[in-house]
Amino acid sequence: MTKIKNTPFTRLNEQAGGKMVEFAGYNMPIQYRSINQEHLRVRQSVGLFDLSHMGEFFVKGDKALEFIQKMTTNDASTLKMYQVQYSSLPYPDGGLVDDLLVYRLPDQYLLVVNAANLDKDWAWLMEHKPAGVEMTNRSDDIGLLAIQGPKAEIVMAKLTTNDLSKMGYYEAATAKICGKETLFSRTGYTGEDGFEIYCDPSIAEELWNRTTDAGKPFDIEPIGLGARDSLRLEMRYMLYGNDIDKTTNPIEAGLGWICKPEKGEFVGRDAIVAMKQNKPKRKLQSLILKDKAIPRHGYPIFVGNENVGQVTSGCFSPSLEVGIALGYVGSQYGKVGETVDIGIRGKRYVAEVIKGAFYKEGSHK
Amino acid sequence: MNIPEGLKYTREHEWVKIEGDVAIVGITEYAQGELGDIVFVELPPVGKAVKQMEPFGTIEAVKAVSEMFSPLSGVIKETNKSLEKDSTVINKDPYGAGWIIKIAKFDPSEVNALLDAASYRKLLEE
Repeated sequence: MTKIKNTPFTRLNEQAGGKMVEFAGYNMPIQYRSINQEHLRVRQSVGLFDLSHMGEFFVKGDKALEFIQKMTTNDASTLKMYQVQYSSLPYPDGGLVDDLLVYRLPDQYLLVVNAANLDKDWAWLMEHKPAGVEMTNRSDDIGLLAIQGPKAEIVMAKLTTNDLSKMGYYEAATAKICGKETLFSRTGYTGEDGFEIYCDPSIAEELWNRTTDAGKPFDIEPIGLGARDSLRLEMRYMLYGNDIDKTTNPIEAGLGWICKPEKGEFVGRDAIVAMKQNKPKRKLQSLILKDKAIPRHGYPIFVGNENVGQVTSGCFSPSLEVGIALGYVGSQYGKVGETVDIGIRGKRYVAEVIKGAFYKEGSHK
Repeated sequence: MNIPEGLKYTREHEWVKIEGDVAIVGITEYAQGELGDIVFVELPPVGKAVKQMEPFGTIEAVKAVSEMFSPLSGVIKETNKSLEKDSTVINKDPYGAGWIIKIAKFDPSEVNALLDAASYRKLLEE
């Protein structure tokens, strides 16, 4: 067993009452006070998150763009300087190694990957890396603090002199924060407006404290992984390991919008194009419970007596106060507006198939 | 951790309070804390027979689902209807307003198999 890693915020997480658990090899807070209340704080006001477990790879060199184009599904050549893109890393058969963010920075790209996949992604990329590309794994020397919620801009404005009103969604910038040149972006995994700050561990505690002070008028509070999961699920954002993995093609997951076959050759292109043309046999559907019940990962989905799929992610939605789920359902079933049954402890509960996100009032720009 | 004296406890973190010929059952403060925000509780029908340490209902929290085990064999006499409207009362007041079921016709000899407050505290400390 490898040792569980702390983050630059671990001491403050514990001090804030975080209930710490091991997550992807890191000592992380699952919740502080209450998942429900933390969730609603982000929807209504603002919260801060320690996301230092995420992985950061820097890619440099003449062939950096060419390499990223070959390895990812989205078209990184369209990125303007300091722009950020959601993308995925496919296997040749179209299954996914991971999903990730790609940042275009001066003279280099930054790839932000899931903590649980960090080693696997690194090995996969290194295996395919040609000469002329230099890759550095800086995951252990970067702290990541996210500020998320409709009040995030007001809080962020107290940490930097940058004009945030000019900063669009999925844009990045650098600024002197707590005395250090620091990269941050207007991104997040909550559906709310917000920022993610990639900080040097030496300023981590000061950054946390200054953020907490700046957010006091809005009752800012730290948010754990529990609420992070319910926030992302309400937005239908994918969680690798649940909704997508090496057996799922991005097309059936509804991620066709980050697949750009027209950009040219890339790993998995043929499999992705084939699935797009032949229509997927199953689709990841958004399901909203009509009965009082909470669907969870692995629960079966039925139409009549036939088992037509499985729940990949499910929770009680604190915003909508109903059970919500994502699950792969055979394409001949579960059109939007139709209902399916979810099996929960041997009983059937009716769920309606809806289009897209469960929560539609997010403040993201 | 609040572990009231005078109650009996199970290793599955239920408490039981004997009041004459009725046993009142709930989950402990530790259990509600581990579960987090409780969203709802599936309660058994009144009149149903239950067996000691067999599941009598389910508790759904935001993050986890858990079965509840009956501390005693007997018959369900009453269930806490107020939990249908607001089950977070179990989080707020696990030993009081957050009670879950009342059992009648239980076997008093089974009570001896349960933990007292000191033994339950020891279990949590292990």
